[in-house]
Amino acid sequence: MGARKMTKKDTVEQIRQKHQEWEQQVYNKAIKETPERKTKFKNLSEIDIQHLYTPEDISNLEYLDAIGFPGDYPFLRGVHPNLYRGRLWTMRQFAGFGSAEETNKRYQYLLDHGETGLSVAFDYPTLYGYDTDHPLARGEFGKCGVAISSLVDMELLFHEIPLEKITTSMTINGPAAIIWAMYIANAENQGIPKKQIGGTIQNDILKEYIAQKSYIFPPEPSMRLIVDTFEYGFTQVPKWNTISISGYHIREAGSTAIQELAFTLGDGLEYVKAAMQRGLDIDAFAPRLSFFFNAHNDFFEEIAKYRAARRIWAKEMKTLGAKKPRSLWMRFHTQTAGCSLTAQQPEINIVRVTLQALAAVLGGTQSLHTNSMDEALALPSEKAVRIALRTQQIIAEESGVTNTVDPLGGAYYVEWLTEKMEEETYKYFDRVAALGGVIPAIEKGFFQREIAESAYRYQKEIDEKQRVIVGVNRFQLDEEPSIPILKMDENGEERQIRRLQNLRKDRDNTKVQQHLQKLRKAAEGDDNLMPFILDCVHRYATLGETCQVLRDVFGEYKEQAIY
Amino acid sequence: MVKKIRVLVAKPGLDGHDRGAKIVARALRDAGMEVVYTGLHQTAAQIVNTAMQEDVDVVGLSLLSGAHMTLFVDVAELLQEKQMQDVLIIGGGIIPQEDVPRLKKAGISEVFGPGTPVEDIVTYIKKNVKR
Repeated sequence: MGARKMTKKDTVEQIRQKHQEWEQQVYNKAIKETPERKTKFKNLSEIDIQHLYTPEDISNLEYLDAIGFPGDYPFLRGVHPNLYRGRLWTMRQFAGFGSAEETNKRYQYLLDHGETGLSVAFDYPTLYGYDTDHPLARGEFGKCGVAISSLVDMELLFHEIPLEKITTSMTINGPAAIIWAMYIANAENQGIPKKQIGGTIQNDILKEYIAQKSYIFPPEPSMRLIVDTFEYGFTQVPKWNTISISGYHIREAGSTAIQELAFTLGDGLEYVKAAMQRGLDIDAFAPRLSFFFNAHNDFFEEIAKYRAARRIWAKEMKTLGAKKPRSLWMRFHTQTAGCSLTAQQPEINIVRVTLQALAAVLGGTQSLHTNSMDEALALPSEKAVRIALRTQQIIAEESGVTNTVDPLGGAYYVEWLTEKMEEETYKYFDRVAALGGVIPAIEKGFFQREIAESAYRYQKEIDEKQRVIVGVNRFQLDEEPSIPILKMDENGEERQIRRLQNLRKDRDNTKVQQHLQKLRKAAEGDDNLMPFILDCVHRYATLGETCQVLRDVFGEYKEQAIY
Repeated sequence: MVKKIRVLVAKPGLDGHDRGAKIVARALRDAGMEVVYTGLHQTAAQIVNTAMQEDVDVVGLSLLSGAHMTLFVDVAELLQEKQMQDVLIIGGGIIPQEDVPRLKKAGISEVFGPGTPVEDIVTYIKKNVKR
């Protein structure tokens, strides 16, 4: 045993002795001359950070068991053996605004500038499964994403984009199955087989209840729809990631890094259990599970978070019976923290984003979105998004950090922090289990309260200037510089509504009704709903119509407001 | 006893970003005000009804989806229609500077963007509450 430890015991003892001497004779003297700026140094998860880490702090770790090799259990150092030496991460900018035509232009622009994957942002009506002309859609058309009400819009969105070559990630949850069906139908209509298309649907409803709040149906039917997509995915669309289990929104809602890590992995395990309960083989669906994390300001904490996530996931999946190495992989997308951007001196956000993106890369991300400097003001302008993309390209091509796998592996501080975050995650797992599991904990408002508490504390620290945000509570300017912001086509909404109305007139409405009826019947039973939904969207049933059928059968979720 | 200021913190429309609204609600409560939070997904009519029933002095609207030019204005117009001009309306969220004059013209007294210390909102309400 001893021989497998990170540092031999006798050396640890020697280090400990020397360390004590150093503390007394060197360090204590030094801090008398230069007192420390704060009495406590804490990271964003409120963990106390010591002034120095040494082999003592990781002497309990056994390299082969706890750290190991990239591409090998427990995958702490990465899921791919050669990581970025083989293939860089996918540069995938989350984008969508106005009409499908406008967003298609933005995609073409991004691809022309070296983006390597697409990521669709939908507007609020789409996220809630409403067509653009629904009364509740008032004022929201195209505002924080693109409006997709039917297959016609989906066709325009991907006009002249080769679906067999490019992968597309779609941030859609409540109506994920329907939007995914539209993407599949669009590919099929172009003669591209389902087996060839690749991408991701977010499809993570648990974090919607917890944080992002674009839910439609109650938990039980929502989980059923998700497992339907898992099953349909691995049999019919095998290159598709049928879920992106997301911590991003949990973090944006104000959680700490540890809460993000714990709640996200907890959600992930809940999906796995739900699919296993259906009788699905874990090794059939697990390889298509993917994750999505935030990259916030505390550089090392973020890196430790990604590394810990890989190890915890591998361990837990093994415990649940996964055999294939791929089933143990925690593959993830990262987006830099929108909530860290400041409306003050917006250009300095470029620097924040650079640091956050670097943390994601050092943490071994599979794909990355870098925020644009103007996102605390509005949706990104063309120039702002180009700089954000260039930031990734500079990290990839110029910084040299891609030359070796997991360059921070073995760093005393990073390994200690990774271990610490894992420990704290398991404490949360226990607390959630004590509440009866993830869904009961949601219903009791546990996650929501934990997050609101952290968000409030963070804001208080900023307001009280205990936490410095450059440009906001220190180093402010008397006059804020103004930067140009995105202007949308004002006729987009009218055009979209006209298109919808024409569609409802021109399509074969008897067929549409027949298929919606079949979907209703299936939803009342327990068949996999994907083939029925696909039939509906192929006949140009709209998102709103298809979703309404499911609303009728499943009902709608209402949350209790907690603050 | 001095009457406490009553505030309705409201989330109009489909936007689910409630971090700011909840922080503000809590901060106003901590500052001694009586706070009612509507929760998510409120129509203008629902917000105005609640404002009326709860007899609030202030309506604080929070929106990050970009639909403020429609939804904030809807609420302001409806409050006016119901003869509730004495209710102070304030707003916050991702709101470009250039939209602010139009919102003010519509009856939103002040707009608080990202980075605003919550204390500023408390002070503003105390100074400007109309009744």
